[in-house]
Amino acid sequence: MADNETFDWLNPFASIDLDIDARSDGIKQWAIANREAIQPIKNFFGQMIGQIDAALHAVPPTIMLVFLALIAWQLAGGRVAILVAACLIALGLLDPTAWSLAMTTLAIVISAVILCVIIGLPLGILAGKSDRFEAAIRPVLDTMQTIPAFVYLVPVVMLVGIGNVSGVIVTIIFALAPLVRLTSLGIRGVDPSVVEAARAFGASPSQIMFKVELPLATPTIFAGLNQTIMLSLSMVVIASMIAVQGLGNEVLRAMGRLDAGKAIVGGLGIVILAIVLDRITQGLGRSGRERGHRHWWQSGPIGLVLRLLQRSRQETNRSQVQHGEAT
Amino acid sequence: MTGNSREVVIRCDGIWKIFGVQSQQAMDAVRSQGLSKDEIRDRCNCIVGVRDASFSVARGEIFCIMGLSGSGKSTLIRHINRLIEPTAGSVFIEDQNVNAMSQRELRALRAEKIGMVFQNMALMPHRSVRDNVVFALEVRGVAEAERVKVAKRAIDAVELTGWDQKYPDELSGGMQQRVGLARAIAADPTILLMDEPFSALDPLIRRQLQTTFMELSAELHKTTVFITHDLDEAIRIGDRIAIMKDGVLVQIGTPEEIVTQPADDYVADFVAGISKLDLVTAARIMQPFAQYCQANGQTDPGQWPVAKPEDKLNTLVDLAIGTDHPILVKAEGASVGVVTKKALLRGIQGREDVAPATMGAQ
Repeated sequence: MADNETFDWLNPFASIDLDIDARSDGIKQWAIANREAIQPIKNFFGQMIGQIDAALHAVPPTIMLVFLALIAWQLAGGRVAILVAACLIALGLLDPTAWSLAMTTLAIVISAVILCVIIGLPLGILAGKSDRFEAAIRPVLDTMQTIPAFVYLVPVVMLVGIGNVSGVIVTIIFALAPLVRLTSLGIRGVDPSVVEAARAFGASPSQIMFKVELPLATPTIFAGLNQTIMLSLSMVVIASMIAVQGLGNEVLRAMGRLDAGKAIVGGLGIVILAIVLDRITQGLGRSGRERGHRHWWQSGPIGLVLRLLQRSRQETNRSQVQHGEAT
Repeated sequence: MTGNSREVVIRCDGIWKIFGVQSQQAMDAVRSQGLSKDEIRDRCNCIVGVRDASFSVARGEIFCIMGLSGSGKSTLIRHINRLIEPTAGSVFIEDQNVNAMSQRELRALRAEKIGMVFQNMALMPHRSVRDNVVFALEVRGVAEAERVKVAKRAIDAVELTGWDQKYPDELSGGMQQRVGLARAIAADPTILLMDEPFSALDPLIRRQLQTTFMELSAELHKTTVFITHDLDEAIRIGDRIAIMKDGVLVQIGTPEEIVTQPADDYVADFVAGISKLDLVTAARIMQPFAQYCQANGQTDPGQWPVAKPEDKLNTLVDLAIGTDHPILVKAEGASVGVVTKKALLRGIQGREDVAPATMGAQ
């Protein structure tokens, strides 16, 4: 404490210095000291991102475009598929390098979202089940969502180093909250009388969880997933400050050179990616019931293929029968 | 049809349920000082849900619990399958103490022995009708093929054939409750718990479902606890009726007993509007034959219409219309009693207790 100034009751804070900033800087020292401990996690993250990135780059753009459009058709219907295809063509036409950069960004986002689901879903379920846990985790989520990213960029870089791994970590910190919150909300929103009925018919707590609560909370959980994906994309530019590659880096470099044109290209690329991911995941949120209560494999391209297979099988059967009758 | 002669399936022994943080202290205070409901509320900040309820239900019997909303009947029925833990007292099902069971035993009991129907149906919206119906079998790990078979049987029994692949929100309210009924009987349980199953339906559908239920019940012979706030329904369905008020079972008896001998003013008010025609028997309103002879001198009952003791007022009215004589009640060939016009009219009014006095004055 710095007590050299005279204490004034009317303005007490000026004379009290708890040295919080200096102490907090210890986090940096701690991070540097513990770099070794974090190494296995870093390797795991690094491999995961690397593999996803390599896979996305290995597929030729045309095939990837068709593949994404098919996924959109399967999950969200024909209209969304057309929109997704149009968006992806626009993305490719933005710049000769845009597609490759977008795939890098997509790899980062996918890695972050997968890890968010692994961490966030169990936390959300716990929060939905326990009021105490919900009360405890809430301020943490608030902090993660609102604290400026620049505050934790430095400690994370000290701990993990620059590159894609730290990029994914800061993205998780920022994007995790909505998934946890909405999972909890979804679980809490399940009709208690249905849960009671499940209990009355002898379901165990885990059966109630997997057969009743999670299925009924699914639309809300998917809304949370959608928000998490959107927030991940909005971290792309900030993450590029710690040497994450991709569209965000393009925007950052263009900013440094006051190159408005390049910034617009990078920015539009991010927006298009966001639209594509948003439409596809929003389609996920609609349950099969709203699409005419069919199973997911009965609609979209897979349904089409299955129907064709079925028809050809029937026809071969019929021709065999006719053949049999003829002989 | 009292349960005494037959095997008891459900027995509730002094069930108390007090809601609130200090429920146990409240319970102790009740035991030592005999506090009333309001005193418990004011002193312990606890609400009494059920107050010292004891009853037993025999095999195959339909036991109706009747009371207005807030009387604690839904709370009471949930003690039977231990969805609610009692503050004091215990429930026995086939002489097994439900409150002493482990969670595993309890789940087995719920899935195999008890079927439950809820007022708001509580069907699972994400499951098809068939998957809803066989939920209890699914949680017990019954194989798919067997489930399909059982589901078909249960769905056919409630006349919903062909709807098994639909989802609950495609069904009307009455059909949804049929699914609820099918779900309850699918696992072929010993006991059915019906928590106001037909209250949310409109009168016509309600009557239809009551009929379906009574047919099913006659066929399957399940021990049933049936909650309702509708006395007509209780009388129509129940072998015995318990009237509940403020958490207390005020009176337990056959429909006839409840209607003709209400235990207190509360029950009397309740049954005042009930038509006695199909409820009260000749045995209830007749005057013993000997007493009648004493009061009226020797009579020749040769021309009198004859009724059986278990004949209802409706039948007696039909008999009385054709003649000016009183009605002779005969059991196994012997004349046991006489129903006079006065007694009959009083009986229809539901005031047969004054009849003998009037007769005496003649």
